[in-house]
Amino acid sequence: MSETVTPTPPKRRGTLIIFGVVVAILLALLAVLAIAVQQRGAGPLASGSAPEFTLTSFDGQKFTLSELRGKPVVLNFWASWCIPCRDEAPALQRAWEKYKDQGVLILGVDYVDTDADAKKFIAEFQQTYPNGADLGTKISQAYKISGVPETYFIGKDGKLLPGIDENGRVKGNWIGPLPEAVLLARIEEMLRQ
Amino acid sequence: MNKQYLIALGIFLGLGALIFAALAFLLAPTATHGVNLYGDLDTQTLQVAKGLYCPVCPGTPLDMCETQACQQWRALIKDKLSQGETPAQIEAYFISQYGERVLGAPRAQGLNLAVYLLPAFAVSAGVAILYLFAARRVKPAPSAASAVKPVSNEYRSRIENELNQDE
Repeated sequence: MSETVTPTPPKRRGTLIIFGVVVAILLALLAVLAIAVQQRGAGPLASGSAPEFTLTSFDGQKFTLSELRGKPVVLNFWASWCIPCRDEAPALQRAWEKYKDQGVLILGVDYVDTDADAKKFIAEFQQTYPNGADLGTKISQAYKISGVPETYFIGKDGKLLPGIDENGRVKGNWIGPLPEAVLLARIEEMLRQ
Repeated sequence: MNKQYLIALGIFLGLGALIFAALAFLLAPTATHGVNLYGDLDTQTLQVAKGLYCPVCPGTPLDMCETQACQQWRALIKDKLSQGETPAQIEAYFISQYGERVLGAPRAQGLNLAVYLLPAFAVSAGVAILYLFAARRVKPAPSAASAVKPVSNEYRSRIENELNQDE
């Protein structure tokens, strides 16, 4: 006994095609959104290449990370409204005075701040290392900072300082006010690289 | 094209455009653009601040936020208003300085368009598909028996004659 195959009626086939196209477009849009959310959602950077950035300091100097190869860079995110930033500010200035002649560069990235208040802060703590506004919050977004203060240690090779310290913290970044001993130890380690 | 498909397409395009326009109107980050400022300088500052969000305090509009960062921002707005800048100019300054994240909703451009298009697309496509299924249930396809054309009397009598001749 032979079986006959009944073809799908044209109307039903049309509905299925429309349904399939709609579902495919929806899935594609959701995939694009998921990728965007994933890229933005990850926590602070801990290792690997430091994201490229250009910082223009308040006195007009431009610093581009890729042009700073061979120099250890301490990238410090701060703001004038940030109380813990006041705690670490003197230590950063002391480190700058101690290491600037050895090629170490400390860069202050002023996060979500007004220029007038930022300049007052710089004057108050007599900071002479380069500081500039994070225009469009592009640098802080690239480094996925979780707040201020936050500091990144970028080696001569342009990569975040690798490894974990004796307290189990990654050496490439420091979230919160930076103890002077940690700052000095990590600068010394970057110089030895 | 079948009439049902045309209606479904109309629902999809019409409803989609309506939802997109409603979202763009309700969420568009032009709160400060359309503001007709009134009152003293402090009141005007709060009107402009209402349309801005400080990244330090996500979800809290600048006019409601009491952190030091937000107070500094409000002081800056007040300063700019006193210098004669318009709300649109102030908003543009904040976007250039701190990025589009200061806006209450993303601008309808680039990848951000998905925020406005996706709900419009999903809802209108869903309603159009529901319509198609509902239309089929309410008006089932005609059966094979009812699809037969009625036979005219003349044709019927001719067939009867031919059958009689065969007998």
